[in-house]
Amino acid sequence: MKKLQLRLGLALVALVVLAGLVSVVWTPYDPLRVVPADRLLGSSWAHPFGTDGFGVDIASQLLVGARTCLMVGVISVGLAALVGVPAGMAAGQLGGWFDEAVMRVADVVYAFPALLLAILLAAAVGASTATAMVAIGVATIPAFARVSRAGAKQVMSSDFVLAAKAAGISGPGIAWRHVLPNIAPLIGVQASVGFAMAILAEAALSYLGLGTPRPTPTWGGMLRDAQGFMFVAPQQALWPGGAIALAVLAFNLLGDGLRDLLDPKLREAV
Amino acid sequence: MILRAQGLTRTFGTAKRPVAALRGVDLEVERGQRLGIVGESGSGKTTLVKLLAGLDRPTAGRVWFDGLDITGLPESRLVGLRSSLQIVFQDPRSSLDPRMKVGDIVTEPLRSRRLRRGLDAVDPHRRLAEVLEAVGLPADSAERYPHEFSGGQRQRIAIARALSCQPQVLVADEPVSALDVSVRAQVINLLSDLVDRQGLTLLFVSHDLGVVRHLCDSVVVLRAGQVVERGSAAEVFEHPSTDYAKALVAAIPRIKQSKA
Repeated sequence: MKKLQLRLGLALVALVVLAGLVSVVWTPYDPLRVVPADRLLGSSWAHPFGTDGFGVDIASQLLVGARTCLMVGVISVGLAALVGVPAGMAAGQLGGWFDEAVMRVADVVYAFPALLLAILLAAAVGASTATAMVAIGVATIPAFARVSRAGAKQVMSSDFVLAAKAAGISGPGIAWRHVLPNIAPLIGVQASVGFAMAILAEAALSYLGLGTPRPTPTWGGMLRDAQGFMFVAPQQALWPGGAIALAVLAFNLLGDGLRDLLDPKLREAV
Repeated sequence: MILRAQGLTRTFGTAKRPVAALRGVDLEVERGQRLGIVGESGSGKTTLVKLLAGLDRPTAGRVWFDGLDITGLPESRLVGLRSSLQIVFQDPRSSLDPRMKVGDIVTEPLRSRRLRRGLDAVDPHRRLAEVLEAVGLPADSAERYPHEFSGGQRQRIAIARALSCQPQVLVADEPVSALDVSVRAQVINLLSDLVDRQGLTLLFVSHDLGVVRHLCDSVVVLRAGQVVERGSAAEVFEHPSTDYAKALVAAIPRIKQSKA
């Protein structure tokens, strides 16, 4: 059962990644070319997922959308981990007022929804993929900081850290050699779950017009376009909606599977 | 005298509800001495060891190592202590990093930048081979992970790590109480041999008086954070003066001689 979850997650993630990679070199049609004569076509051999209100092939847009959503996920989760992990580790390792300060700042950021941050950024510098990534990334920092802090605290209380101190290993040395390798699995799980949330947040932002602007195809943007034809061509909203659900499910399954896989080992290790 | 402590006091807990782990402990350890520190659980043995090793700061009192007052010294000035005093912890399952290879664990003290300055240029590879052999582990252990070894072997790894930087003082904090009874004697004998061969000073913490009697030449008995009895091993075991020490000695299991 546990193995199944992980395998299913890996397979679905691979599917999304494959779609993103394929879109770089090939799409069935030009995802930007408007063909007014072909508006709102249903599924057919020529257009397996039909066309949208501008006559653009939906399958092509879905493929390019996978690329956008993966890029947003990688960069925003990467940004969050790059800031959150060192901050959380330092807080957990040093303790005291520094710990308090970092965690209170994390609480403040955590209380600030990614959506609100994105609206602020979009108002200040204009909506773009970059502002969406920064907003999602910043909003995800506290999750990484908390996980890293908790992990670091646990590792720091172990005898092997005491032994390292007795051997004269410095604080940063202990962080690099002992803390980071031991909390890496936790961070991996957090990254996977964070990735799912980033995809969802990016779709929401694009849907609201606060993320990637037209004409670049995104799943959220496709959903927004489909909204206008809800009663004429309801199947049109199904495809991007299904893609978002599938991608979120994929990364959540992967995260859960990873956690189950690593949990017993973690328990044995610490 | 290599290690001296005076009036060591360590209090944990809050200011409102302080819990005293140590209350004014004086201790003197001569070079080459094998000192047993005994006492029941919660008597402050481990706290004392941490203070002597400079891993914790006393609430009051001072510690001298090799004539240098190390109380409250910054880490940068503890090089002498770090390279000459090493610890073997109680449970090798938690004292060895599960994600490090044995070779890296054992040579960790040699890789410490601070210690490297103090040590003569030692080749980590050669030293690794030497200490692995000294503790009786196969040479190919270096490439394996701690979980591939049994409890007794893991404690040998911990001993190898402690010896890799050629310390003068070895502190063993209940080194066999987490091990199977069947391998305890092996590890104790190994420690005894190594201490003999390398002329180490040994601080042996234990609640097992039988082992202390076998291994140590002098004994300190701790109770509730205070020294209640001290002296040569023979003295303490043959003629314990306090009731507590008498009770401890009486509790050593013996095999009764059958009367012919």
